[in-house]
Amino acid sequence: MEPIDLDLEESELELPAEPMHLNMGPSHPAMHGTVRIVLELSGETIVKSDVQIGYLHRGFEKMCERGTWAQVFPYADRLNYVSPMLNNVGYALAVEKLCGIEVPDRCQWYRMALGELARMSDHLTCTGAMAMELGAFTPFLWYIKAREMVWDILEEETGARLTHSFGRIGGMAKPPTPAFKQMCREALPTILGLVEEGEGMLLKNRIFLDRLEGVGNISGEDAIALSWTGPCLRASGVPYDVRKAHPYLKYDEVEFDMPLGKNGDNLDRFLIRLQELRQSARIIQQVCDRMPDEGPVNVDDPRVVLPEKSEVYTTIEGTIQHFKLIMEGAKVPAGEVYSYTEGGNGELGFYLVSDGTGTPWRVRIRPPCFAITGGLSKLINGAMLSDIVPTFGSLNMIGGECDH
Amino acid sequence: MSQRVLEVLKEKFGSAIVETHSFLGDDTAVVDPKSWKAVCAFLKSDPQMAFDMMVDLCGVDYAGFASGPGGATREARFEVVLHLYSTSRRHRVRVKARVGDDEGDDAQLDSVTDVWPGVNWFEREAYDLLGITFLGHPDLRRILMYPEFTGHPLRKDYPANKTQPLVEYRTEAEAGLTLEKQAPFREDEGMPFGRRVWGVERGES
Repeated sequence: MEPIDLDLEESELELPAEPMHLNMGPSHPAMHGTVRIVLELSGETIVKSDVQIGYLHRGFEKMCERGTWAQVFPYADRLNYVSPMLNNVGYALAVEKLCGIEVPDRCQWYRMALGELARMSDHLTCTGAMAMELGAFTPFLWYIKAREMVWDILEEETGARLTHSFGRIGGMAKPPTPAFKQMCREALPTILGLVEEGEGMLLKNRIFLDRLEGVGNISGEDAIALSWTGPCLRASGVPYDVRKAHPYLKYDEVEFDMPLGKNGDNLDRFLIRLQELRQSARIIQQVCDRMPDEGPVNVDDPRVVLPEKSEVYTTIEGTIQHFKLIMEGAKVPAGEVYSYTEGGNGELGFYLVSDGTGTPWRVRIRPPCFAITGGLSKLINGAMLSDIVPTFGSLNMIGGECDH
Repeated sequence: MSQRVLEVLKEKFGSAIVETHSFLGDDTAVVDPKSWKAVCAFLKSDPQMAFDMMVDLCGVDYAGFASGPGGATREARFEVVLHLYSTSRRHRVRVKARVGDDEGDDAQLDSVTDVWPGVNWFEREAYDLLGITFLGHPDLRRILMYPEFTGHPLRKDYPANKTQPLVEYRTEAEAGLTLEKQAPFREDEGMPFGRRVWGVERGES
């Protein structure tokens, strides 16, 4: 009997297969709880994918149209809930741009320090979670330990660990505490030490590297065309950082580098975040050296800033001012404005339309995650099923912000 | 900074540019909806403009808007607002188009997905929340709301406290319980988003 398989082409040996449909999420451990990906698979290769979001949609923009301008701050906290302070500051800057207010120097430094702390917390969460999803649990615990230190500082400053609601139009809710600078100076070396330890554990691990290197590649042009911003765009080698390109607050007065990637793969996105952690620490150190200890934090503008409690309880002017600001809200001049800052995941824009009353006509947030998640299909089509987990993890999709 | 962009646009497209203004450093051009796609393609491809990044696209419902730029003489209900950025030239521009009648029925605009692929989800969002149809969009589905949802929640005439449960609420007779005893809302609980509120006189606020 002659062997029949010798002159067969390899392709003929493959069995004809129907494409298989698979639902990934919305309740999947790697989907961060809120995304559903409908996949069409051929074997383990993804042929087509449909990313569906909206499971965490809470009508942020509709809610904003119901309250006063100041009542948006708690909602803004809950957009990107791993770096709420950046949202707070971004929204405050947008309203201040519309009002024509510039906050005092001390407040600008303070906002920068808190914002960079929030960015550290964001990047620590993202890189830690990414490692955990690939099976490396220990670095995750170390990074969460480091994040706890960041949160301890934020808790000392704002009274809340996660949703601070600390921004105000024309300033901050409270001035920096006396211990602020010292807490930062003490915590930063420990945090960076933990980052380095975790990095050492991961970047010599072949399993970890093999799953990141050369997976989920995207070129710089493609990333721009998909409206990507932030660490994901810089990982593809495009030097665009709002803090450098269009400095706000005091970012033009501090020294920091903009780390850039080469290949735009998962490993680059992972490394960029680790690099940015160090740059954020550098910025915080400079802020600690340069932020004045005395001086006002809020602008002296009774139209937008709440009076001191002592005045509210003792003078009629203070009482009326407080009452007007709470009940009617600060009157923001009519007009429209687009203000953008560098959030944890990229350009965080607020487009505000005011009709001159105490209630916003339209608050539009430009969530960086939304554009980035929109490009996920492009990254995973043609890849293997198991590549979704590191690719999705490296994008750092935050449901609250993406679904707003 | 990028007022030159507005001048070039006015020169090139003439009457298709309805108005331009620069407010607080944001340069804005309002474009005739018929020339929307041509203007966008020009902004993307012209080497002087080079707006390679679509930053944001959103819609604004101006129904009942009294003051501010535009004023009460507004003939279109919606504005589609597009923010663009050029990574090489580092300038920004805001382009707007006014669409839709008072009822919001005729809100249509050409899709620019083949100019900037990243605009895909943003157009879907504007369609979902405001009901602006983008002609030629490859995949115009709801994105934030669920497919069974009726209406467009970000329109000013959509009540903010309206609920559309996927599973119908049970009536008191069906449940054998009074409304107060049924999930998810009792009368004394939380914000007045409860099921008794919408469409029914509530007594208290």
